[in-house]
Amino acid sequence: MMRLFDLSLRHKVPLWGSLLIVVSTLAVSTALMFRAYDDLKQDLLASSEGLGHTLAKTLFPALLHDDLWRAFEIVRSPFHEDATRSPREVEAIFVVNPEMQIVVASDPLRLPTLSALADIGGDRAQLARALAASPLGGTRAFDFDDSPRIYFATPIAEAGRQIGVLVISHAKAGVRGRFLDLAASGALIGALVLAVILPINWYWGRRMAQPLVALASGMDALVHGQPSQLPREMYAYHDELGQLFDAYCDAATALHDKALLEQEVLRSERLAAVGRLAAGIAHEVNNPLGGMLMALDNLKQRGPLYPAVAKTMALLERGLQQVAGTVGALLVEARVAPRPLASHDFDDVHTLVEPQATARQLALHWHVEVPDSVELPAGFVRQILINLLLNAIQASEPGGRVRLHAVAAANDLRLVVANAGAPLPDAVREHLFEPFVSGRVGGHGLGLWVTYQTVIQLGGRIAADCGEGEVVFTVTLPLKKEPA
Amino acid sequence: MKTKQLPAGNPTRRRTLIRLMRLMGLALAPVAASAQTDLPRKPLRVGLTPAFVHDDYGVMEEWRRYLQGKLGRPVEFIQRDSYRETMDLLRLEKLDFAWVCDYPYLSLRDLVRLLAVPLNQGRPFYRSYLIVAADDTVRKSMRDLKGAVFAYADPYSNTGYLAPRYQVQQLGENPATFFRKTFFTWSHRKAIEAVSTGLAQGAAVDSYVWDTLARVRPDLTARTRIIDRSPEYGFPPVVAHRGVGEEDFRAVQAALLGMRDDLTGKLLLDRLNIDGFVVGERRMYDDVAKMMRAFGEYR
Repeated sequence: MMRLFDLSLRHKVPLWGSLLIVVSTLAVSTALMFRAYDDLKQDLLASSEGLGHTLAKTLFPALLHDDLWRAFEIVRSPFHEDATRSPREVEAIFVVNPEMQIVVASDPLRLPTLSALADIGGDRAQLARALAASPLGGTRAFDFDDSPRIYFATPIAEAGRQIGVLVISHAKAGVRGRFLDLAASGALIGALVLAVILPINWYWGRRMAQPLVALASGMDALVHGQPSQLPREMYAYHDELGQLFDAYCDAATALHDKALLEQEVLRSERLAAVGRLAAGIAHEVNNPLGGMLMALDNLKQRGPLYPAVAKTMALLERGLQQVAGTVGALLVEARVAPRPLASHDFDDVHTLVEPQATARQLALHWHVEVPDSVELPAGFVRQILINLLLNAIQASEPGGRVRLHAVAAANDLRLVVANAGAPLPDAVREHLFEPFVSGRVGGHGLGLWVTYQTVIQLGGRIAADCGEGEVVFTVTLPLKKEPA
Repeated sequence: MKTKQLPAGNPTRRRTLIRLMRLMGLALAPVAASAQTDLPRKPLRVGLTPAFVHDDYGVMEEWRRYLQGKLGRPVEFIQRDSYRETMDLLRLEKLDFAWVCDYPYLSLRDLVRLLAVPLNQGRPFYRSYLIVAADDTVRKSMRDLKGAVFAYADPYSNTGYLAPRYQVQQLGENPATFFRKTFFTWSHRKAIEAVSTGLAQGAAVDSYVWDTLARVRPDLTARTRIIDRSPEYGFPPVVAHRGVGEEDFRAVQAALLGMRDDLTGKLLLDRLNIDGFVVGERRMYDDVAKMMRAFGEYR
């Protein structure tokens, strides 16, 4: 039983609804049928009483004058010659005299004139006894057990003189048949109503339950920290359920945004920390390095050296130069006086990267919509562009394509560098802008880190996306804003 | 308040003239008779009874119009459901003519004259049929109906009352006690119905009515069976009150006898299921008189 109550609302709502509908339809039908049966009986009594009174009144003079034919015509009058069913299931009408003999009957073949009522057989004997036992005050019904008929007896009397009893007999089968007809039509209507209402209930129940079920599973996911959005079209109304839906959607959105924000903050902090650490180390290494290179230079200028020493010194100098180069890359800072970015800077960048692209048989798509002068430091932008473009060229397969799309809008400059190629693996994307992370063999992994740091210094944003067989880097740099 | 002046005063003068001529007519009837033909006359009153199948009102109305056309004067049909009433109307001189049964004719023989007798199947005679229910295979004669419920048509019907009672008397029984119960249906057709529904076990009916019904309502007669046919009696005649003038008597007689000779008349006769009218004779009814005598009703 409990399992029934534990069923999903998806089944429970339509089931309970259907149950209620069926029960109420049955209850109403049963009540109506009882009522109909009662009405039928009352109706029968009333009509028989009316008929009995009318016939008894007209029969009185006919019986008084022993006018049998007239009496016969009177008791036959309610029967229609052609009607297959006589009115109100009247089976027979007959008159008995005080000696309980049939005076006249609508069906003389079965109830012959002057035959004793008790001799006719069956329930007629019971009727004869009942009629003889007590005088009639008015119309009375006689319903004997296991008799196939109901009798309504009306005294034929005038001014206290009773000369006979008029009996109207109804076949119970007829009454029952009429009731069954009524019941059948009632049942048919009930079935039709059910046929219309049950599907509506089923549809409505499912419609109510579906969003609730979705909400429940959504809440479940929410609790486990995996908020998922529900389509609002699932329940487009603004009742309490709709409000619940709205509230859930808001909560899910807020949680999703919060999670994204947290991720972003975490990443930024990590990158900033790494940046500070790298810059600190680079600074600490750079000072002695400068001294060492200076010392080597002085030693070279002092005079001729032994070839072996000169060889060793050259080796040392190359090594130190490499260290200086690496360290220099880590030290992101303005080395030259800032100059506004001009459109010819893009031409320069093109000239610089073209040989590399040609070497790898790549096509360069160049689309630049930039005014003559843009309020951004040219050096940084050039460095960003060169880094990204070289990165793209390196990442492309030979015969591929690299494109640049630069557009200056009212408030910002958008640079899009894209190359055809496989999308970046998630593991790479996660640490894309960190130092010493390289997507390929042979790179020191500082290019994107430096680019990132530069963009951040300029107050901009950088994002990497993969779509339609392209890897796209988008840089947005705000205009009219001093670099931080 | 005064009425408008009538132009020339002619109508008033003509009315006076008519009155004068009427007065002369009374004094010099044969002379004035021809002059009176176009004047409005008192209608001929004809009484109809259940002696024949008289409940087809369409035929009755057409017959009335036919006679009116033939006679050139209004004809009024006065229908009654029992012979007794029609006989009373004759006695009260409220009828000029009547189509009655032969029994009332003989009862009123001092008051009426035989005018014409219809032809039933070519002859001016009919019989009494003794009938029982079609599925009653036990009763084969009047004797078998002893103790039965019996339907009479009318206390002044020959075939429906006088003849069966006479038959019972001939069996040496008393007609008043021979049957367990008797009742009147006031028409032969209803007597047939009484037997066919089972209300009565037997009835005696007019052969003409039974034969006509067998033709138009075979469903009614099919439920009955004729077990005995009486001797022939003179057919229910059309009689004239003795107060009717000789001229009117001849005119009506001629109109009835002439029905056979024109198309409309023939069609009407066909619908009445008779073949025409002939001048009858009193002795055609001698057998009826004999039966009446047996009950002390004919002196």
